[in-house]
Amino acid sequence: MSEILLQARNLSITFGGLKAVRDVSLDVPQGSLTALVGPNGAGKTTLFGLLSGFLKPGSGSVHFAGQDITGQAPHESARLGLTRTFQIVQPFGAQTVRQNIAVGAHLRLADRDEALAAAEAVAARVNLQASLDKPAADLTVAGRKRLELARALATRPRLLLLDEVLAGLNPSEIDEMIPVVKKLVDDGVTVLMIEHVMRAVMSLAEHVWVLAQGRLIAAGTPGEVTRDPKVVEAYLGHGAAARLAAQGAPA
Amino acid sequence: MKRDLCAIALFGVVLVAVAALSQSGVLLTFVMMSLYAALLSQAWNILGGYGGQLSFGHALFFGVGAYAQALGQLNLGLNPWLVLPGAIALGALVGVAVGGLTFRYGLKGSYFALVTLAFAEVFRILALSASFTGGGVGLMVPLQEGVANMQFGSRRGYIYLLLAFVLLALLVTAWLRHSRFGAYLQAVRDNEDAARAIGVNPLRVKLGGIALSAAFMSVAGAVYVQVFQYIDPGIAFGSAVSVEALVGAIVGGMGTLWGPLLGAVTLHALADLTRNLFGELPGISMVIYGVVLILIVMFMPRGITGGGQSLGRLFKMKERARV
Repeated sequence: MSEILLQARNLSITFGGLKAVRDVSLDVPQGSLTALVGPNGAGKTTLFGLLSGFLKPGSGSVHFAGQDITGQAPHESARLGLTRTFQIVQPFGAQTVRQNIAVGAHLRLADRDEALAAAEAVAARVNLQASLDKPAADLTVAGRKRLELARALATRPRLLLLDEVLAGLNPSEIDEMIPVVKKLVDDGVTVLMIEHVMRAVMSLAEHVWVLAQGRLIAAGTPGEVTRDPKVVEAYLGHGAAARLAAQGAPA
Repeated sequence: MKRDLCAIALFGVVLVAVAALSQSGVLLTFVMMSLYAALLSQAWNILGGYGGQLSFGHALFFGVGAYAQALGQLNLGLNPWLVLPGAIALGALVGVAVGGLTFRYGLKGSYFALVTLAFAEVFRILALSASFTGGGVGLMVPLQEGVANMQFGSRRGYIYLLLAFVLLALLVTAWLRHSRFGAYLQAVRDNEDAARAIGVNPLRVKLGGIALSAAFMSVAGAVYVQVFQYIDPGIAFGSAVSVEALVGAIVGGMGTLWGPLLGAVTLHALADLTRNLFGELPGISMVIYGVVLILIVMFMPRGITGGGQSLGRLFKMKERARV
């Protein structure tokens, strides 16, 4: 059993009357690629907000590399090595791709030229080297997703929280992106990703957490959770698992 | 960075030459007032253009610098050259205090603009009611011509003084374009959440921005006192200075190195021209000034420098289309 890098215990948050995340506990082992899946509105992005410090939990705790980071400001977590990306990409539109990535690189490098050079190296890792001098606002959706990833990567994170880096991409763009994510893990970055594209989850993730209505309802290998009746019901409605079984659908 | 530094050096040499060789009082006054307006816009541009925090009350820092410069001489009997650094430091300190109060609570956009306006108004009323500021009568610095007293016999001395600070502001702006702090400032302007996620502390960055911006603004206030030997609450904290600072930067191009200078000079030339041409019809110069301002904002929304860039790109596109 490898060391636990990120540990969440009994996390809960309420928005008005809505319990967006309820009593969630999860462990992310060092060096793993874990996926967080669940139907729309399950609370996945909210959970990311709690883990990265953008939201303060109502109760519960988050530990990163043995340190208590519950409710700690995101920029402090980034310094410790925990960086997130956003589902709705957030480029610094007025700046070039190189300048965008350099902002991330500046977390570890004070010198401007070194940061710009590091930005170039990171861009090559996510296949953005051809667009380095384009304004970020001119990139395609696929390009912006890569930029979002590159900027986070430039901070030299130990743990990356990727919020739907594949959403909005076409199948061939997804095929290009999957090896990029795989390579990150091979390079020693631990990844926790929210993902809807099940093809990617099945081929990438070693372990999957399933969130529905703010609760973790299942966990295991991709094969295990897709066979779990609770997961099927969360996506397709109450009784769906039984009906599918009765119809003799392949499990 | 090198290109920016060369351009700044060239600009400095040209202006020194103009000031040293020109015998025309009109030209010297124009250069002096343009440099003064440029300094205001450059100061505003640091926080507004690079930091994206649009202040509507930059007169606050101008006034603090002006009153500090006057009071240091009148009440403490200090030499103006000695008072100046103190006035600048005080301006920066007020900037950090106001920034601390507003940025801590996440005020942005129009809310930040309104709060800065309110702070400037509060200071104007305080200056009106306090006794040590001379109230509504204002403060007069006695005329004692001499370089040692920072009161120059001709416009030239003030031009050199203002030019030194305009060059310094240009250098600071060039540094913003090529440094980590500047990159962080622009990142916070473009997307604060994205910046936070990758390790930027937005509060600290904005406080740095407002301190720099306020410091240059208080320089302008202090020099104003030295030039006119007079300050009152309306001049110091009124909205005229705030508007002059931001309009110059917006017209010239926010978040650019030369935009604020270009905008301030253009507006100043325009105001002088309309006043001279239509001086006998009171008010008409302001009408023309206003119309031109509207045209600039309508057709060059990114300012004069931005407009030039768009034009250049348009021509390139047409050429490419032809090929």
